[in-house]
Amino acid sequence: MNPTTSLTIPGLEQVYDALATAIDQAGPEKTELLLVKLALLQAQALGDAARFQQQLEAALLDL
Amino acid sequence: MHTPHAEPRRSIYYTYRVFDAWLPSMHPDAQSRQAPVVVVGAGPIGLVAALELAQQGVRCVLLESERQVSEGSRAIVFTRRSMEILQQVGVADRISQNGLPWRFGNSMYKGQRVFRMEAPHDPDDRFFPMINLQQQYLEEYLADAAMAHPLIDVRWGNRVADVQQTEHGAQLTVDTPEGPYSLAADWVVAADGARSGIRSLLGLKLEGNSYEGRFVIADIRIDLPLPTERLAFFDPDWNPGNTVLMHREPHGIWRIDYQLPADETPEQALAPESLKSRIDAQLALIGHPGLPWEMDWCSVYSARALTLPDYVHGRVLFTGDAAHMLPIFGVRGANTGWQDAQALSWRLALVAQGVASPALLASYSQERVGAAREIIDEAGKSTRFMTPPTRGFRLLRDAVLSLSLTQPFVGPLYHWRTSRPHEYTHSTLNATGDDNLLFKSGPANGAPPQNVRLGPDDFLLDHLGHHIHLLWFGGHANAVPADIQAEVARARAAGLPVRVVAVGFAAQQASPNCGMNGFAVGGANGGVEAGASPAVAGADLVLPDANGQMRQRYGVPAHGAAYLLRPDQHVCARWMSLDGHRLAAALRAFTPLPTHSSQTA
Repeated sequence: MNPTTSLTIPGLEQVYDALATAIDQAGPEKTELLLVKLALLQAQALGDAARFQQQLEAALLDL
Repeated sequence: MHTPHAEPRRSIYYTYRVFDAWLPSMHPDAQSRQAPVVVVGAGPIGLVAALELAQQGVRCVLLESERQVSEGSRAIVFTRRSMEILQQVGVADRISQNGLPWRFGNSMYKGQRVFRMEAPHDPDDRFFPMINLQQQYLEEYLADAAMAHPLIDVRWGNRVADVQQTEHGAQLTVDTPEGPYSLAADWVVAADGARSGIRSLLGLKLEGNSYEGRFVIADIRIDLPLPTERLAFFDPDWNPGNTVLMHREPHGIWRIDYQLPADETPEQALAPESLKSRIDAQLALIGHPGLPWEMDWCSVYSARALTLPDYVHGRVLFTGDAAHMLPIFGVRGANTGWQDAQALSWRLALVAQGVASPALLASYSQERVGAAREIIDEAGKSTRFMTPPTRGFRLLRDAVLSLSLTQPFVGPLYHWRTSRPHEYTHSTLNATGDDNLLFKSGPANGAPPQNVRLGPDDFLLDHLGHHIHLLWFGGHANAVPADIQAEVARARAAGLPVRVVAVGFAAQQASPNCGMNGFAVGGANGGVEAGASPAVAGADLVLPDANGQMRQRYGVPAHGAAYLLRPDQHVCARWMSLDGHRLAAALRAFTPLPTHSSQTA
C-alpha cells in the first residue's frame, strides 16, 4: 500500500558518506543521541508507525 | 495510649486549629450504639465520603488519629471533576473564592518554551480545568461542613488500633488519649491514606511498581511575578537529566518539586544547605537570582503506581490512597480519591439503608480498581518521560529534548496526561437494552455528566444532588407519561432516591417559539423546583432549555428521549424513546440480587 521508493546507488553512497561524517562530527559521546534524533525525524517523515516497526526489526537482525 | 500532637503544626501562612480529642469517658452513651458506617481518616477523601453518606441520610462516625488538619500543602491541584464532586458536598464555593484557577502548562528546556499545554475551558463548564489551593484549607472547609452535619460524629485524636470482621459488621478497637474503647460498625470505610493502618491490620498488599524516582517537594513564600500556570523544566543545568516542577499557590506560596539524583538519600536531600542551593539555582534559572524566599514545608516522596486488587474486603471498603498509590504527575492523588469516595458513598448508602444488597458494592470495586489500573497505565507514559526507567528510555527522552528546540512535532510528548474522570464504560450498572449506541453525541453510558450553562451563574450540575436522576426530554408536554411516573413511584417505594428532571418544557401559557418562554424562572435559577411551580406533572424539577443547549449537548434529536444518571452523576442509561418498561429494566441494576458470599444488611 505504501509507495516503496528506493535510493539510487549514488544516492545510497551519498547517505553512507553523510551518516559517517555526521557520526564523526558528533563524536563518540553524542553518537547515540544523534542517531536517535535522526530515527525520530525519519519516523516522522515516514509517517507510518507500522513501517517504522518493520525497519526497527530489520535493524535488530544480526547485531 | 494514643497521644496525638497537641501543639499546632507550624506554617508561615496557615493557622492550625487543634481540636479537642474525643474521649469515650465524655460520651458514655456512644459505645453501646453500633454505627451504620465508620469512616477511618479525616483527610480529603474520608471527609468527602462522610459528607456524602450523611447527605444521603446515613449516620457515620468519622475517626481521625490527629487533632488538626494535614501538615504542609500536600495536594494542591484540583480538577474540574473534583470541583463538581466538591460542589455536591457543598464546599466548592469556598474553594473557588480562595483558590487560583488555571489552564496552561509550559514545558521548558534550555531556556526555551518547547511545549505549551492549553486545557480547554468550555462555556458550559462552571469550573476551570484546574484550581490550586493548599490541602489544609480544603480539609478545613470539609471538616467545617462535617462537624456541622448532624449525622456525622467527628472524633479527633482517635486512632484505630485493631479491626475484627464479624458476620454482620466489624469491631474496632479505637485508641484515644485516655486509652482504648470498642466501636462496632456495620461498615468501615478505610480512608486512612497511603500508609493505611487498616490495610496493614487486614494484611493486604498493594500490587504494582513501588519505585519510579524520588522528588523533593518544597513550599516557599516568594514574590514571583509569574501567572498561575504549571511550569516544568527538563534537564536544567543545576540538576542534569532530571525534572523540576513549579506551581503557584495562594498566599504568595510557590511549590517547587525537583527530582533527586538516583544515589541521593532523603536525609541528604532535606539538609537545609542542599535545599537552599537548589532552590537558589532554580530561581536563577527562571531569571530571578537572589530573590528572597522563606521555606514553609518540605518533604520527599517517591513516585509509585500500586493498587489493591479489590477494594471490598468483607465489611471494610477501601478508598483513596488507602486503596491505591498513584504517580503524582498529573494530579492523580486526591482527584482520584474523590471519585472513589463518590462512587462508593451512594452504593454504601443504599446498602446501609437496606435498599440494595451488599452485592451492589462489587461494582464499586470493579469500577474503581479499573480506574486505578487505567490511571497507572496512563501515568506510566508520563513517568517514563519524566523519570526514564532504562537507558533506552533515557536516550529517547534526551533525543526528544534536543529535537524539541527546532522540531515542534515532538512537543506533545511533553504533555503528561492529567487526571480525568474515569468512564465506567463496562460497568455492570450500565443498561443493556437501552439506546446508548443510537446516540451520535452526548455522554455515553458510564461517562461522567456533561455540564450545561442554563443561565447566569446557573449550571445543570448545580441542580443534581445525590439522587438517581431521570433527565426526561419531554418537549412541550405538561406531564411525564403515566407509565414512567408509575415506575418512578415504584422505585421510590422500594427506597431508590429517584428524581425526575423535565427538560425542554415550554409552559402552556407561552408560545414555545418565543425564545425565553414565559413561565416563572426564579431569579438566577434557570430551573423551577417542584412545590414552587410544578409545571410538569411528575417532574421534580423543570429546566426550560429555551435555547436547546441541553438537547444539543446531550445529543437529543427528538422529544421523548431520556438519560438516567446515577447518584454520582455518571450516565447509566439513555434512550431515544423512554417508556415504563425500559426505565424499570435500567433501575433493576441498582438492586442486584444478593450473592452467596454477601449478607443482606
